[in-house]
Amino acid sequence: MDGVHDMGGMHGFGKVSPEKNEPVFHQDWERRLYALYRAMSYAGVWCIDQARFAREQLPPEVYLASSYYRKWELGMEKQLAELGLAGTDELTAGRALRPGKSLKRKLTAAEVANTVTRGSFARPAQKPARFKPGDRVRTKNIHPKTHTRLPRYARDKVGVVEALRGCHVFPDTVAIGKGEDPQWLYTVLFDGRELWGDSAEPSLKVSIEAFEPYLEPA
Amino acid sequence: MQLRVRALETVLTEKGYVDPAALDAIIEAYETKVGPHIGARVVAKAWSDPSFKRALLDDATKAVLALGLVNRVGDHLIAVENTPKLHNMIVCTLCSCYPWEVLGLPPVWYKSAPYRSRAVNDPRGVLADFGVTLPADSAIRVWDSTAETRFIVLPMRPKGTEGWSEEKLTSLVTRDSMIGTGLAKQPGEVA
Repeated sequence: MDGVHDMGGMHGFGKVSPEKNEPVFHQDWERRLYALYRAMSYAGVWCIDQARFAREQLPPEVYLASSYYRKWELGMEKQLAELGLAGTDELTAGRALRPGKSLKRKLTAAEVANTVTRGSFARPAQKPARFKPGDRVRTKNIHPKTHTRLPRYARDKVGVVEALRGCHVFPDTVAIGKGEDPQWLYTVLFDGRELWGDSAEPSLKVSIEAFEPYLEPA
Repeated sequence: MQLRVRALETVLTEKGYVDPAALDAIIEAYETKVGPHIGARVVAKAWSDPSFKRALLDDATKAVLALGLVNRVGDHLIAVENTPKLHNMIVCTLCSCYPWEVLGLPPVWYKSAPYRSRAVNDPRGVLADFGVTLPADSAIRVWDSTAETRFIVLPMRPKGTEGWSEEKLTSLVTRDSMIGTGLAKQPGEVA
Protein backbone atom coordinates (compact mmCIF):
# COMPACT_ATOMS: atom_id res chain seq x y z
CA MET A 1 0.00 0.00 0.00
CA ASP A 2 1.12 3.56 -0.71
CA GLY A 3 1.40 4.45 2.97
CA VAL A 4 3.60 6.67 5.10
CA HIS A 5 5.74 3.65 6.01
CA ASP A 6 7.18 3.78 2.47
CA MET A 7 9.60 6.58 3.30
CA GLY A 8 12.43 6.27 0.77
CA GLY A 9 13.19 9.69 -0.74
CA MET A 10 10.67 11.71 1.29
CA HIS A 11 11.70 15.16 2.46
CA GLY A 12 11.15 17.03 5.69
CA PHE A 13 11.95 14.47 8.38
CA GLY A 14 15.10 16.29 9.46
CA LYS A 15 18.47 15.05 10.60
CA VAL A 16 19.38 11.58 11.78
CA SER A 17 20.03 11.68 15.53
CA PRO A 18 22.26 8.85 16.72
CA GLU A 19 22.22 8.25 20.48
CA LYS A 20 25.54 7.62 22.20
CA ASN A 21 25.78 4.29 24.04
CA GLU A 22 22.22 3.44 23.18
CA PRO A 23 20.71 0.62 25.29
CA VAL A 24 19.06 -2.34 23.52
CA PHE A 25 15.72 -1.28 25.02
CA HIS A 26 14.83 2.10 26.53
CA GLN A 27 11.83 1.06 28.66
CA ASP A 28 10.93 -2.11 30.46
CA TRP A 29 7.68 -2.43 28.49
CA GLU A 30 9.67 -2.46 25.24
CA ARG A 31 11.53 -5.54 26.49
CA ARG A 32 8.34 -7.36 27.40
CA LEU A 33 6.57 -6.34 24.20
CA TYR A 34 9.43 -7.44 21.98
CA ALA A 35 9.53 -10.81 23.75
CA LEU A 36 5.75 -11.20 23.45
CA TYR A 37 5.96 -10.54 19.74
CA ARG A 38 8.69 -13.14 19.31
CA ALA A 39 6.88 -15.74 21.41
CA MET A 40 3.62 -15.25 19.47
CA SER A 41 5.49 -15.45 16.15
CA TYR A 42 6.97 -18.75 17.32
CA ALA A 43 3.46 -19.97 18.13
CA GLY A 44 2.72 -19.54 14.42
CA VAL A 45 -0.09 -17.00 14.74
CA TRP A 46 1.36 -14.55 12.21
CA CYS A 47 4.28 -14.28 9.83
CA ILE A 48 6.61 -11.33 9.45
CA ASP A 49 4.77 -9.83 6.47
CA GLN A 50 1.40 -10.04 8.18
CA ALA A 51 2.90 -8.19 11.15
CA ARG A 52 4.41 -5.58 8.82
CA PHE A 53 1.10 -5.11 7.01
CA ALA A 54 -0.72 -4.64 10.33
CA ARG A 55 1.66 -1.79 11.23
CA GLU A 56 1.42 -0.26 7.74
CA GLN A 57 -2.35 -0.04 8.16
CA LEU A 58 -2.13 2.12 11.27
CA PRO A 59 -3.58 5.59 10.57
CA PRO A 60 -0.76 7.75 9.14
CA GLU A 61 -0.86 10.23 12.00
CA VAL A 62 -0.54 7.35 14.48
CA TYR A 63 2.27 5.69 12.50
CA LEU A 64 4.31 8.88 12.32
CA ALA A 65 3.76 9.96 15.93
CA SER A 66 4.31 6.57 17.59
CA SER A 67 7.62 5.18 18.79
CA TYR A 68 8.84 2.02 17.09
CA TYR A 69 7.66 -0.41 19.75
CA ARG A 70 4.40 1.49 20.22
CA LYS A 71 3.71 0.70 16.55
CA TRP A 72 4.50 -2.94 17.23
CA GLU A 73 2.12 -2.94 20.18
CA LEU A 74 -0.71 -1.40 18.15
CA GLY A 75 -0.07 -3.81 15.28
CA MET A 76 -0.16 -6.77 17.68
CA GLU A 77 -3.43 -5.62 19.26
CA LYS A 78 -4.98 -5.34 15.80
CA GLN A 79 -3.80 -8.80 14.77
CA LEU A 80 -4.79 -10.48 18.04
CA ALA A 81 -8.29 -9.05 17.74
CA GLU A 82 -8.62 -9.98 14.05
CA LEU A 83 -7.45 -13.53 14.71
CA GLY A 84 -9.81 -13.86 17.68
CA LEU A 85 -6.88 -14.61 19.98
CA ALA A 86 -7.39 -11.73 22.45
CA GLY A 87 -9.97 -8.96 22.51
CA THR A 88 -9.64 -5.28 23.29
CA ASP A 89 -12.07 -5.87 26.17
CA GLU A 90 -9.61 -8.33 27.70
CA LEU A 91 -6.68 -5.93 27.35
CA THR A 92 -8.77 -3.23 29.01
CA ALA A 93 -9.79 -5.63 31.79
CA GLY A 94 -6.18 -6.75 32.22
CA ARG A 95 -7.18 -10.42 32.32
CA ALA A 96 -8.44 -13.17 30.05
CA LEU A 97 -12.26 -13.14 29.82
CA ARG A 98 -12.45 -16.17 27.52
CA PRO A 99 -10.38 -19.34 27.23
CA GLY A 100 -7.48 -19.29 24.78
CA LYS A 101 -7.51 -20.98 21.40
CA SER A 102 -5.19 -23.86 20.72
CA LEU A 103 -2.01 -22.72 18.95
CA LYS A 104 0.52 -24.64 16.87
CA ARG A 105 3.20 -24.60 19.59
CA LYS A 106 4.34 -22.72 22.65
CA LEU A 107 7.80 -21.27 23.17
CA THR A 108 9.66 -22.57 26.21
CA ALA A 109 12.72 -20.97 27.81
CA ALA A 110 14.82 -23.97 26.74
CA GLU A 111 13.87 -23.47 23.09
CA VAL A 112 14.75 -19.74 23.05
CA ALA A 113 18.41 -20.23 22.14
CA ASN A 114 17.28 -21.80 18.85
CA THR A 115 14.82 -19.06 17.98
CA VAL A 116 16.75 -15.83 18.40
CA THR A 117 17.69 -15.78 14.75
CA ARG A 118 15.51 -14.94 11.82
CA GLY A 119 13.25 -17.51 10.29
CA SER A 120 13.80 -19.18 6.96
CA PHE A 121 12.07 -17.70 3.93
CA ALA A 122 13.78 -19.64 1.15
CA ARG A 123 11.55 -22.10 -0.66
CA PRO A 124 11.97 -24.59 -3.52
CA ALA A 125 11.59 -22.97 -6.93
CA GLN A 126 8.27 -23.40 -8.75
CA LYS A 127 9.76 -22.55 -12.15
CA PRO A 128 13.05 -21.39 -13.70
CA ALA A 129 14.16 -17.81 -13.01
CA ARG A 130 13.04 -15.37 -15.71
CA PHE A 131 16.06 -13.06 -15.40
CA LYS A 132 19.79 -13.47 -14.95
CA PRO A 133 22.54 -11.17 -13.71
CA GLY A 134 23.26 -8.43 -16.24
CA ASP A 135 19.68 -8.29 -17.58
CA ARG A 136 18.08 -4.85 -17.85
CA VAL A 137 14.71 -4.77 -16.16
CA ARG A 138 11.98 -2.23 -15.53
CA THR A 139 10.10 -2.31 -12.25
CA LYS A 140 6.35 -2.35 -12.67
CA ASN A 141 4.20 0.67 -11.99
CA ILE A 142 2.02 -1.03 -9.39
CA HIS A 143 0.01 0.51 -6.56
CA PRO A 144 -1.62 -2.33 -4.64
CA LYS A 145 -3.75 -1.28 -1.68
CA THR A 146 -2.35 -4.30 0.15
CA HIS A 147 1.19 -5.15 1.31
CA THR A 148 4.07 -4.96 -1.16
CA ARG A 149 7.82 -4.73 -0.82
CA LEU A 150 8.39 -2.70 -3.97
CA PRO A 151 9.03 0.82 -2.65
CA ARG A 152 7.36 3.75 -4.43
CA TYR A 153 10.65 5.45 -5.33
CA ALA A 154 11.73 2.36 -7.30
CA ARG A 155 8.58 1.80 -9.38
CA ASP A 156 8.63 2.18 -13.16
CA LYS A 157 12.44 2.51 -13.11
CA VAL A 158 15.05 0.79 -15.24
CA GLY A 159 17.81 -1.08 -13.47
CA VAL A 160 20.15 -4.02 -13.91
CA VAL A 161 19.86 -7.41 -12.28
CA GLU A 162 22.98 -7.76 -10.18
CA ALA A 163 22.34 -11.06 -8.45
CA LEU A 164 19.84 -13.85 -8.12
CA ARG A 165 19.11 -14.53 -4.43
CA GLY A 166 17.08 -17.70 -4.61
CA CYS A 167 13.39 -18.35 -4.35
CA HIS A 168 11.55 -16.85 -1.36
CA VAL A 169 8.13 -16.53 0.25
CA PHE A 170 6.28 -13.75 -1.64
CA PRO A 171 5.32 -11.01 0.84
CA ASP A 172 2.52 -9.60 -1.32
CA THR A 173 0.45 -12.79 -1.09
CA VAL A 174 1.43 -14.20 2.29
CA ALA A 175 0.58 -10.90 4.01
CA ILE A 176 -3.04 -11.17 2.96
CA GLY A 177 -3.51 -14.87 3.62
CA LYS A 178 -3.13 -15.93 -0.02
CA GLY A 179 -0.27 -18.32 0.57
CA GLU A 180 3.49 -18.28 0.24
CA ASP A 181 3.53 -18.42 -3.58
CA PRO A 182 7.38 -18.55 -3.66
CA GLN A 183 9.05 -16.21 -6.16
CA TRP A 184 12.57 -15.62 -7.41
CA LEU A 185 14.31 -12.74 -5.68
CA TYR A 186 16.87 -10.46 -7.34
CA THR A 187 19.14 -7.63 -6.32
CA VAL A 188 18.35 -4.90 -8.85
CA LEU A 189 20.71 -1.96 -9.12
CA PHE A 190 19.65 1.53 -10.20
CA ASP A 191 21.65 4.56 -11.11
CA GLY A 192 20.94 7.48 -8.77
CA ARG A 193 19.82 9.61 -11.72
CA GLU A 194 17.24 7.06 -12.80
CA LEU A 195 15.63 7.37 -9.36
CA TRP A 196 16.16 11.03 -8.49
CA GLY A 197 16.89 12.84 -11.74
CA ASP A 198 19.54 15.48 -12.15
CA SER A 199 19.61 16.30 -8.44
CA ALA A 200 21.09 12.87 -7.67
CA GLU A 201 24.55 12.61 -6.22
CA PRO A 202 26.58 11.69 -9.36
CA SER A 203 28.20 8.54 -8.00
CA LEU A 204 25.10 7.19 -6.25
CA LYS A 205 23.79 3.72 -6.93
CA VAL A 206 20.88 2.19 -5.04
CA SER A 207 19.71 -1.40 -5.05
CA ILE A 208 16.51 -3.03 -3.93
CA GLU A 209 15.68 -6.68 -3.41
CA ALA A 210 12.99 -7.27 -6.00
CA PHE A 211 10.69 -10.26 -6.35
CA GLU A 212 10.21 -11.49 -9.91
CA PRO A 213 6.55 -10.34 -10.21
CA TYR A 214 7.77 -6.75 -9.68
CA LEU A 215 9.92 -6.89 -12.83
CA GLU A 216 9.57 -6.91 -16.59
CA PRO A 217 12.27 -6.93 -19.29
CA ALA A 218 13.54 -3.47 -20.29
CA MET B 1 2.36 1.80 27.77
CA GLN B 2 3.77 -0.02 30.77
CA LEU B 3 0.21 -0.87 31.93
CA ARG B 4 -1.03 -1.80 28.47
CA VAL B 5 1.87 -4.17 27.82
CA ARG B 6 1.49 -5.70 31.28
CA ALA B 7 -2.18 -6.34 30.47
CA LEU B 8 -1.18 -7.85 27.13
CA GLU B 9 1.31 -10.17 28.82
CA THR B 10 -1.21 -11.21 31.48
CA VAL B 11 -3.93 -11.95 28.93
CA LEU B 12 -1.64 -13.91 26.59
CA THR B 13 -0.19 -15.85 29.54
CA GLU B 14 -3.62 -16.67 31.04
CA LYS B 15 -4.79 -17.88 27.66
CA GLY B 16 -1.85 -20.26 27.57
CA TYR B 17 -0.17 -18.70 24.51
CA VAL B 18 3.08 -17.60 26.14
CA ASP B 19 5.30 -18.64 29.02
CA PRO B 20 6.77 -15.72 31.01
CA ALA B 21 9.99 -17.68 31.57
CA ALA B 22 10.45 -17.87 27.79
CA LEU B 23 9.92 -14.11 27.58
CA ASP B 24 12.66 -13.59 30.18
CA ALA B 25 14.98 -15.81 28.16
CA ILE B 26 14.29 -13.88 24.94
CA ILE B 27 15.07 -10.57 26.64
CA GLU B 28 18.24 -11.97 28.15
CA ALA B 29 19.39 -13.26 24.76
CA TYR B 30 18.88 -9.91 23.04
CA GLU B 31 20.42 -7.90 25.86
CA THR B 32 23.43 -10.07 26.52
CA LYS B 33 24.13 -12.58 23.74
CA VAL B 34 23.19 -11.14 20.36
CA GLY B 35 24.81 -7.88 19.38
CA PRO B 36 27.36 -6.04 17.26
CA HIS B 37 30.23 -7.80 19.08
CA ILE B 38 29.42 -10.79 16.85
CA GLY B 39 29.69 -8.73 13.67
CA ALA B 40 32.91 -7.18 14.95
CA ARG B 41 34.47 -10.62 15.28
CA VAL B 42 33.37 -11.49 11.75
CA VAL B 43 34.99 -8.32 10.41
CA ALA B 44 38.21 -8.76 12.39
CA LYS B 45 38.47 -12.32 11.11
CA ALA B 46 37.97 -11.13 7.52
CA TRP B 47 40.70 -8.52 8.01
CA SER B 48 43.09 -11.16 9.33
CA ASP B 49 42.34 -14.17 7.19
CA PRO B 50 42.14 -13.71 3.40
CA SER B 51 40.51 -17.09 2.80
CA PHE B 52 37.79 -16.32 5.36
CA LYS B 53 37.28 -12.94 3.71
CA ARG B 54 36.77 -14.61 0.34
CA ALA B 55 34.33 -17.09 1.88
CA LEU B 56 32.47 -14.26 3.62
CA LEU B 57 32.05 -12.21 0.45
CA ASP B 58 31.09 -15.34 -1.46
CA ASP B 59 28.44 -16.59 0.99
CA ALA B 60 28.20 -14.77 4.33
CA THR B 61 25.48 -17.12 5.63
CA LYS B 62 27.81 -20.11 5.34
CA ALA B 63 30.96 -18.28 6.43
CA VAL B 64 29.40 -16.83 9.59
CA LEU B 65 27.82 -20.16 10.53
CA ALA B 66 31.21 -21.85 10.12
CA LEU B 67 32.72 -19.44 12.67
CA GLY B 68 30.44 -20.95 15.29
CA LEU B 69 29.49 -17.62 16.88
CA VAL B 70 25.81 -18.11 16.17
CA ASN B 71 23.78 -21.28 15.84
CA ARG B 72 21.68 -20.14 12.92
CA VAL B 73 21.79 -17.44 10.25
CA GLY B 74 18.69 -16.33 8.35
CA ASP B 75 18.57 -16.63 4.59
CA HIS B 76 20.50 -14.90 3.26
CA LEU B 77 23.22 -12.85 4.88
CA ILE B 78 25.31 -10.88 2.39
CA ALA B 79 28.57 -9.11 3.20
CA VAL B 80 29.54 -6.09 1.08
CA GLU B 81 33.05 -4.70 1.05
CA ASN B 82 34.07 -1.06 1.36
CA THR B 83 37.07 0.04 -0.68
CA PRO B 84 38.81 3.40 -1.17
CA LYS B 85 36.57 3.88 -4.23
CA LEU B 86 33.28 2.49 -2.95
CA HIS B 87 31.33 3.05 0.25
CA ASN B 88 28.34 0.83 1.06
CA MET B 89 25.41 1.82 3.25
CA ILE B 90 22.51 -0.36 4.45
CA VAL B 91 18.94 0.83 5.01
CA CYS B 92 15.40 -0.50 5.16
CA THR B 93 13.15 2.23 3.78
CA LEU B 94 9.95 0.21 4.36
CA CYS B 95 10.40 -0.92 7.97
CA SER B 96 13.47 -1.95 9.97
CA CYS B 97 15.13 -4.96 8.30
CA TYR B 98 18.54 -5.47 9.83
CA PRO B 99 21.00 -8.38 10.18
CA TRP B 100 20.07 -9.23 13.81
CA GLU B 101 22.15 -12.38 13.91
CA VAL B 102 25.37 -10.41 13.58
CA LEU B 103 24.41 -6.92 14.86
CA GLY B 104 21.60 -7.51 17.38
CA LEU B 105 18.52 -5.29 17.36
CA PRO B 106 18.72 -2.07 15.34
CA PRO B 107 19.27 1.29 17.04
CA VAL B 108 16.41 3.81 17.15
CA TRP B 109 17.93 6.03 14.45
CA TYR B 110 18.04 3.12 11.98
CA LYS B 111 14.26 2.71 12.35
CA SER B 112 13.56 6.45 12.27
CA ALA B 113 11.94 8.47 9.48
CA PRO B 114 14.99 10.71 8.87
CA TYR B 115 17.26 7.74 8.15
CA ARG B 116 14.73 5.70 6.19
CA SER B 117 13.77 8.66 4.01
CA ARG B 118 17.22 10.11 3.32
CA ALA B 119 19.62 7.18 3.08
CA VAL B 120 18.54 6.39 -0.49
CA ASN B 121 18.78 9.91 -1.92
CA ASP B 122 21.09 11.85 0.36
CA PRO B 123 23.60 9.37 1.77
CA ARG B 124 26.36 11.97 2.02
CA GLY B 125 24.02 14.18 4.04
CA VAL B 126 23.24 11.24 6.32
CA LEU B 127 26.95 10.53 6.75
CA ALA B 128 27.43 14.20 7.70
CA ASP B 129 24.86 13.70 10.48
CA PHE B 130 27.22 11.02 11.79
CA GLY B 131 30.23 13.28 11.43
CA VAL B 132 31.61 11.26 8.52
CA THR B 133 32.97 12.80 5.31
CA LEU B 134 33.99 10.52 2.46
CA PRO B 135 36.58 11.45 -0.14
CA ALA B 136 34.86 13.14 -3.10
CA ASP B 137 36.01 10.34 -5.43
CA SER B 138 34.40 7.59 -3.38
CA ALA B 139 31.23 6.29 -4.99
CA ILE B 140 28.27 5.44 -2.77
CA ARG B 141 26.17 2.31 -2.97
CA VAL B 142 23.01 2.05 -0.88
CA TRP B 143 21.37 -1.32 -0.25
CA ASP B 144 17.66 -1.10 0.51
CA SER B 145 16.75 -4.25 2.48
CA THR B 146 13.34 -4.82 0.94
CA ALA B 147 13.30 -8.63 1.40
CA GLU B 148 14.67 -11.22 3.80
CA THR B 149 18.18 -10.88 2.41
CA ARG B 150 20.23 -8.91 4.95
CA PHE B 151 23.46 -7.02 4.57
CA ILE B 152 26.53 -6.34 6.64
CA VAL B 153 29.24 -3.91 5.53
CA LEU B 154 32.84 -5.06 5.68
CA PRO B 155 34.55 -1.76 6.53
CA MET B 156 38.07 -0.93 5.41
CA ARG B 157 40.84 -2.01 7.75
CA PRO B 158 42.50 1.10 9.18
CA LYS B 159 46.13 1.77 8.29
CA GLY B 160 48.67 1.26 11.03
CA THR B 161 47.14 -1.99 12.28
CA GLU B 162 49.60 -4.36 10.64
CA GLY B 163 50.41 -7.25 12.94
CA TRP B 164 47.43 -6.62 15.24
CA SER B 165 45.74 -9.71 16.66
CA GLU B 166 42.20 -10.51 15.63
CA GLU B 167 41.03 -9.68 19.13
CA LYS B 168 42.70 -6.27 19.10
CA LEU B 169 41.26 -5.54 15.65
CA THR B 170 37.79 -6.24 17.03
CA SER B 171 38.06 -3.10 19.16
CA LEU B 172 38.17 -0.98 15.98
CA VAL B 173 34.93 -2.32 14.54
CA THR B 174 31.92 -0.21 15.46
CA ARG B 175 28.30 -1.12 14.85
CA ASP B 176 27.90 1.90 12.57
CA SER B 177 30.89 0.85 10.48
CA MET B 178 29.02 -2.39 9.71
CA ILE B 179 25.88 -0.47 8.66
CA GLY B 180 27.88 1.99 6.58
CA THR B 181 27.06 5.12 8.59
CA GLY B 182 30.51 5.09 10.11
CA LEU B 183 34.07 3.98 9.48
CA ALA B 184 36.22 1.68 11.56
CA LYS B 185 38.06 3.46 14.38
CA GLN B 186 41.62 4.56 13.88
CA PRO B 187 44.34 2.85 15.97
CA GLY B 188 44.81 6.07 17.97
CA GLU B 189 41.16 6.02 19.08
CA VAL B 190 41.49 2.83 21.11
CA ALA B 191 43.76 2.37 24.08
